[in-house]
Amino acid sequence: MSVADIAFYCFAVVTVAAGLMVTVSRNPVHSVLWLILTFLSSAGLFVLLGAEFVAMLLIIVYVGAVAVLFLFVVMMLDVDFAELKGEMARTMPLALLIGVIIILQFGMAYAAWTQAEGALGLRQAVAPAIEDVQNTKALGLLIYDKYIYLFQASGLVLLVAMIGAITLTLRHRKDVKRQNVLHQMWRDPAKAMELKDVKPGQGL
Amino acid sequence: MTGTDFNILLPEVALSIYAMAALLFGVYTTKDKAAGLITWVTAGVFLVLAFWIGANGEGARTAFGGMFNDDPFARYAKITILLSAAAVLVMSFDYMSRRDLARFEYPILVALSVVGMMMMVSAGDLMALYLGLELQSLALYVIAALRRDSAKSTEAGLKYFVLGALSSGLLLYGASLTYGYAGTTLFSGILSTLGGEIPLGLLFGLVFMLSGLAFKVSAAPFHMWTPDVYEGAPTPVTAFFATAPKVAAMALLARLAYDAFGAIPGDWQQVIAVMSLLSMFVGAIAAIGQRDLKRLMAYSSIAHMGYALLGLAAGTAAGVQAMLIYMAIYVTMNIGTFAFILSLERDGKPVTDIAALNMFVKREPMKAYAVLALMFSLAGVPPFVGFFAKFAVWQAALSAGLTWLVVASAVASAIGAFYYLRIVYFMFFGKDGETVESRMSAPQWIAFVAAALIMLVGAVNLFGIDPAAAVAAEALVR
Repeated sequence: MSVADIAFYCFAVVTVAAGLMVTVSRNPVHSVLWLILTFLSSAGLFVLLGAEFVAMLLIIVYVGAVAVLFLFVVMMLDVDFAELKGEMARTMPLALLIGVIIILQFGMAYAAWTQAEGALGLRQAVAPAIEDVQNTKALGLLIYDKYIYLFQASGLVLLVAMIGAITLTLRHRKDVKRQNVLHQMWRDPAKAMELKDVKPGQGL
Repeated sequence: MTGTDFNILLPEVALSIYAMAALLFGVYTTKDKAAGLITWVTAGVFLVLAFWIGANGEGARTAFGGMFNDDPFARYAKITILLSAAAVLVMSFDYMSRRDLARFEYPILVALSVVGMMMMVSAGDLMALYLGLELQSLALYVIAALRRDSAKSTEAGLKYFVLGALSSGLLLYGASLTYGYAGTTLFSGILSTLGGEIPLGLLFGLVFMLSGLAFKVSAAPFHMWTPDVYEGAPTPVTAFFATAPKVAAMALLARLAYDAFGAIPGDWQQVIAVMSLLSMFVGAIAAIGQRDLKRLMAYSSIAHMGYALLGLAAGTAAGVQAMLIYMAIYVTMNIGTFAFILSLERDGKPVTDIAALNMFVKREPMKAYAVLALMFSLAGVPPFVGFFAKFAVWQAALSAGLTWLVVASAVASAIGAFYYLRIVYFMFFGKDGETVESRMSAPQWIAFVAAALIMLVGAVNLFGIDPAAAVAAEALVR
């Protein structure tokens, strides 16, 4: 067993175990921490595959941004997770049944999995050869050149999501005081303050 | 390479840029006070693009290595989508502004969902298909919940979103199985790997993708969301749901069936035939108990999707041509009917109960006769245009040897005629009861009367959409 093999098994076992802990741990904050461990060990798996750019992305974007955001959301939302789990227990038998059926279907489909004759060639024709270019360059060529249409379309999808979120949640409240910067700057100092000469011992 | 590619994509690019510019304009000026202006300009842009696509297109071109198709089929669908979206926008503005719904985001979201539809009907790749579909659906989820203070509208949006996400999941699962078999997501690539016996895994993929798309066209047994979403969404949004997205999803179904799986027609034909049969009967029978016009139109659209799928099930160029004609006529009938439903109100509140139509002929005979034409056409009574739509589909299915399905659909059509004719009965022979007013703005009136006239006059030559649909079908079925 080479070093790479040992590393693979370490990362794989940690990924699966941490993934399991995400779903079974009672405290949602612990779940998010386990999730971060899952991300980190999958990043290790990506490095072993030679996809170092994706590994970095996983750490920077998923651990650095997404997981931290999750953590904030979980801490801020006042959700009674025990109650949610109680709900889940009631529907568990049905969910298990559906899960078993789907696993059986998977089994049927994959046990006798055949692919078309030219499938391997077609699959390899898309990406540039691994010897020629580096990871980042290969991804760039695919995303910004070959799949530019899909990349731009994804941008539009995200734009719609943003417009939708604002349309459905933003309310213009009339009963709050807002800061008007220009109004503040244009305020005349001469009129802003009134000096009163208070005589000693008399008050206003 | 990219320059020519974007040249082919120009209508979509233009519409996206317009949507973004309108968004900036709305945000930086008067926000919702600009809603009227943006609505009218958006409708104008739709019209201009429809003429542009109609006048400029020739031949079949592909862009981005086959991911985007520009052929007569795509152009036919795009023109239908653009024109119907423009009609729905202009006829609904009056309703929106009086019900305090005139948000400037509404026309922009409609424009972006139309971009998604145009990408759908031009898709030449599973990924392009999915992104177009998501762009379209995401905008639709938002506008379904546009009236966010109403529990029903919010429920409609949420229900549509959850079930839409489920259907997207089915579609993606099917797409991944297909990719696993073919090794490519390009339709042309998938087509080239097919032939002879196909393995179980690919069949799974095909069925999952068809189910995902059946959700989008609301074909039975994936129709459950339709009545609730149609009822809960604001009526102009319902009118939009019933028209353009249906055309896009139906065209996408046809494109996937022929462009990607054209080599194994037998495998998808039977699935589509069963969906068609179920939709026709569910639409006809479940609507009988409905008292709400919007729910009624939901079941009506389920039934109509069944007839359109019948054309697709035929598996011939004539079948696709019949399907395209059916969709164009279906959209026209729905625009007319919804223009009428939008106008119904009592004391300024919208009414959608069919009992409110009692003796409507006494108050507004002209409108009552126009609704009569629309209802007869929806039911498929000759000599109205709706009959010719059904006739074209039946003819195509008969010549493809689907006699049992045609007989069944004739039975379903007879059952379905009951509830259309009941509306007519209420209007002409009903009891005197609570009155209902019908208030129409000028564009609404024009859309209503024009649709009703088309039902009568269109029977002469269908306004020449017949040859256009034939060319479109030829481009798809090679």
